Amino acid sequence: MEVTTKQFRNCDLVSVNGRVDSSTAPQLAEALENVTGNGRYKIVLDMGGLEYMSSAGFRSLLASQRLCKRYNRGEIVLASVPERIQEALELAGFTELFKTYADPIDAVGSF
Amino acid sequence: MSKIVFDANFDNLDKIREIVAEAARQVGFSDKEVYAIQLAADEASSNIIEHAYAGVTGGKLEIDISISENKLKIIMRDHGKPFDPASVPEPNVKAALSERKIGGLGMYLMRKLMDEVSYESSPETGNILTMIKRLGDSG
Repeated sequence: MEVTTKQFRNCDLVSVNGRVDSSTAPQLAEALENVTGNGRYKIVLDMGGLEYMSSAGFRSLLASQRLCKRYNRGEIVLASVPERIQEALELAGFTELFKTYADPIDAVGSF
Repeated sequence: MSKIVFDANFDNLDKIREIVAEAARQVGFSDKEVYAIQLAADEASSNIIEHAYAGVTGGKLEIDISISENKLKIIMRDHGKPFDPASVPEPNVKAALSERKIGGLGMYLMRKLMDEVSYESSPETGNILTMIKRLGDSG
């Protein structure tokens, strides 16, 4: 799994590639914590290069969303969610908790 | 029937998903179903590693996969702490963000993704989790 972060004026774009499971989810959590640790709470998570995500990844997303939405200071939105992962997120009821965009650039523009 | 013993370690999840996917493809499951079976096997293994073997090093996770014409059966055995699935409340997947609990989500996904999930435990056999998925069933 690989995570890269790019800072834009109004938000941060975090791109995650590969597979997120119990072994690699801590790296995703760390990348998201690095962004929020800088006082930046508007985040686009680009999942276009993601092959797999288990509930360990969902757990990081949930923790970050809680943190970002506190005091209405921001939120984490998802972009380019692969079909299989979208199905798992739906099953877990997570699609209600995150806005999703087909294109990461549109997602960045939404902030 | 193939039986493989893994060290109960998150680093083995990749390998576990790989062997499960290979067996699922042999049965003839679609890509969507293969992904679902991988996810169920991952959630089951992760629960065993994280909870059954919490604080234990050197634990083993034994995986038996059997395939038939229209069915995939995965049996996972461990000798960690016994666990009663009935004690895990079903997560409320419609709860608001602030009320949302992540605990129990793995078990919930396993039940949704597979056709049958059963669990037994005894001091002699250890913990035995059996998951079955049939071709043609929805889910």
